[in-house]
Amino acid sequence: MIRTSHVSKTFGTFVALEDVSVDIPSGSLTALLGPSGGGKSTLLRIIAGLEQPDSGCVEIGGTDSTHVPPQRRNVGFVFQHYAAFKHMTVFNNVAFGLKIRKTPKDQIHRRVDELLHLVHLEQFAHRYPAQLSGGQRQRMALARALAVEPDVLLLDEPFGALDAQVRKELRAWLRRLHDEVHVTTVFVTHDQEEAMEVADSIVVMSEGKVQQIGSPDDLYERPESDFVMSFLGPVTRLDGGLVRPHDLNVFAHPAQDTMPAKVQRIVALGFEVRLDLLVDGEPVWAQLTREEARRLGVRAGDTVHVRAADHAQVRSLTA
Amino acid sequence: MAKYALRATALIYLLFLLVLPIGLICWKTFSGGVGPVVESLSSPSALHAFKVTVVVALFAVVANTIFGVGAAVLLVRHEFRGKRLLNALIDLPIAVSPVVVGLALILVYGRFAPLGGWLADRGIDIIFSLPGMVLATVFVSLPLVVRAVAPVLQEIGIEQEQAAWTLGARPWQAFLRITLPGIRWALGYGMVLALARSLGEYGAIAVVSGRLVDQTQTVTLLVEERFQNFDQQTAYAAAFAMAVIAVLTLLLISLLRPKEDAK
Amino acid sequence: MKSSDTLPGRAAPEGPAGARSLEAAAGPLVEASGEPETVRAAPTRRRPTLGLGLGLGTATIYLSLIVLIPLAAVVWRSTEDGLGGFWGYVTTPESLSALKLTIGASVVVALVNLVMGTLIAWVLVRDSFPGKSVVEMLIDLPFALPTIVAGLVLLALYGPGSPLGIDLAYARSGVVVALLFVTLPFVIRTVQPVLLEMDHEMEEAAASLGAGNATIFRRIILPNLLPAMFAGTALAFARSMSEFGATVLISGNLPFKTQVAAVNIFGQIESDNVVGAAAVSTVLLLVALIVLVSLDGLQRWGSRRG
Repeated sequence: MIRTSHVSKTFGTFVALEDVSVDIPSGSLTALLGPSGGGKSTLLRIIAGLEQPDSGCVEIGGTDSTHVPPQRRNVGFVFQHYAAFKHMTVFNNVAFGLKIRKTPKDQIHRRVDELLHLVHLEQFAHRYPAQLSGGQRQRMALARALAVEPDVLLLDEPFGALDAQVRKELRAWLRRLHDEVHVTTVFVTHDQEEAMEVADSIVVMSEGKVQQIGSPDDLYERPESDFVMSFLGPVTRLDGGLVRPHDLNVFAHPAQDTMPAKVQRIVALGFEVRLDLLVDGEPVWAQLTREEARRLGVRAGDTVHVRAADHAQVRSLTA
Repeated sequence: MAKYALRATALIYLLFLLVLPIGLICWKTFSGGVGPVVESLSSPSALHAFKVTVVVALFAVVANTIFGVGAAVLLVRHEFRGKRLLNALIDLPIAVSPVVVGLALILVYGRFAPLGGWLADRGIDIIFSLPGMVLATVFVSLPLVVRAVAPVLQEIGIEQEQAAWTLGARPWQAFLRITLPGIRWALGYGMVLALARSLGEYGAIAVVSGRLVDQTQTVTLLVEERFQNFDQQTAYAAAFAMAVIAVLTLLLISLLRPKEDAK
Repeated sequence: MKSSDTLPGRAAPEGPAGARSLEAAAGPLVEASGEPETVRAAPTRRRPTLGLGLGLGTATIYLSLIVLIPLAAVVWRSTEDGLGGFWGYVTTPESLSALKLTIGASVVVALVNLVMGTLIAWVLVRDSFPGKSVVEMLIDLPFALPTIVAGLVLLALYGPGSPLGIDLAYARSGVVVALLFVTLPFVIRTVQPVLLEMDHEMEEAAASLGAGNATIFRRIILPNLLPAMFAGTALAFARSMSEFGATVLISGNLPFKTQVAAVNIFGQIESDNVVGAAAVSTVLLLVALIVLVSLDGLQRWGSRRG
């Protein structure tokens, strides 16, 4: 549905994107994930037509859209800070795209009512954005973007400005919305938990380049680089390799292939227990369930024996 | 104790410099009753002067509003070579003496100047005529709308316009429906300032208009001319009218300023 | 891409106020990773380069026809008789006297405004009394009132027949009073916002460390006000140098005594002494340029202190 080929973009001396080629299938919910400054927002804005690439091309629905202005790309865009039309009511915000297209009034009414119902903002139709909470404004922004039935929906860190609790709620809600509406959706986030929870497929980006593309499982279990492994989940170093802390086996007595470790600290977090260990003077941490920890029965200062589990994915560290 | 001393000093200074002069205009104007005031202000010359003042001011305000909004958009939303120069040029009129403005315009648009002569040959008189007065008024009030609108435009940011584009609005549609409403209070504030300045201009107009009574005389020129001709009644009446307009302007500004700041 | 990024637990509080403050803060923020501000500042190289070109071209023509070319013409004509001629026109007894008077009066006026303007701004911000909002509004009167009207009124108050019994007509003090009127708002309006925004906590910290009111003013408040004070003073000076209408009536325009530079220029224009008028005008433009440049420098000094 969306294909970017060899897209590059520089701002002054800063290289935002370098030879980025990405294929986003129709109807999917894709996350562009990565640390700040990695180029994800820039790529999204290039897809929307809000920025022009220095080189490369963008295809939407099979047509070369690289130089098509945003007005004609039929993409919906949701901004991190909502970009609400402050001087218009919620109703008029959502109706804006339809009014531009000169849709007949009764049709506008029906569509806007339908969308406000979808996002649960019916009773706010005649309020102004300033009277809404952040989460409500973002729902309005979504309704506004969906009103014109875009081919593609793009969201730029849509929940970044919101409270942790609201963020979780809207995350789940976005997933349900996508399941209902089936628009090709791409969203930018720096939060790997968000990406893993919501997306069908994740494009990991850093320093302007694509690091890896795959499903959440693919990326978590078969990371192709240390960066992807560290970014997508917890990691710890053991014996020259990167391994997931919950993939470490911890024994009270020496066993095959284990290394001795001194327990520095034991922290219980929810249903997990975290063991801070010293192996050969290097800090290592292991993640156990409460049950496993209880069975182990160790205290700070004890010596235990650790090794990576058989099924564990271990990446040997380069240099 | 210091507080009261400071307050007293400030208020006394303002009393002698600001309040008494205002009070005096009213007193002197109406010392002969309301009748003479109305009479002198409704003489044909006075009415003509009012008309000239309003016409010139309106042209100048419209021109500077269009320029002001355009320049603000250029300065805030775009990068280009010479941006600092443009900024400096826009601020320049504030520092130029009105008489120098008048001289400058005569030197370019006067009958014996290259550009002015060319225009005069085609029947267009600039100096000693309304167009010149409009030019002078545009010059002195040039920065007012730009400087009122630009900071607000900067603060609003471009995202609302970008959202409008993604929803299908073309740039001019986004401008009319999203940008303009966003800056409306600042725009109103700037226009009121520009109007007040335009109505009250004296020095530049004095040079450029030739001060031809019943032709190119504005209300401010009327005040001076009547005073020099010992018609104090009309001079004060006209001065009073201008003072009323000034106070109305102040009221409007104090109403618009908080709305502009609140954005 | 905004502030909530890399720091855990720094989620913005929900609700309109919270979101708005974040929106306000989002502007000048630089990305934690170093992505440059310009990404958010002004989008460059967008489609309507034709529009930009047209807009820029129109603005340039407008400014050239109205401001640039006329002012250039003044400077050009002033050198018509060579630099020697220029100097000759500037130093004719009458013009020289006018320039000296104008500069002298402007310096006096600037200094008075420096003190009184700051004082009045202080009273308006830190004090409250009945009728303060009226006073607040009236401060802008010299901006809104035509200069000739101000001149007429000041003549009535401080000239022959004055109800106060003071006659300053045909005297330099009359000129100074007129200039004080028109420059009244400048220092006040530049100092007020700075005072309003001043961080009270600085003063509270000083007080907790034992400083008395006078010390706090001298060492804490005044240093922070200085850039604004000087900026306002520079503006007042520039305004005073160029003043015409307010001085015309009360001064009586006596050459060598009460004729200011602008009136001198006016007289020369009326006598068709164009080059002489242009020469004195060029001097005034030069002074204006110096003031504008110093203002720019002052602004940078002020912003460095935060």
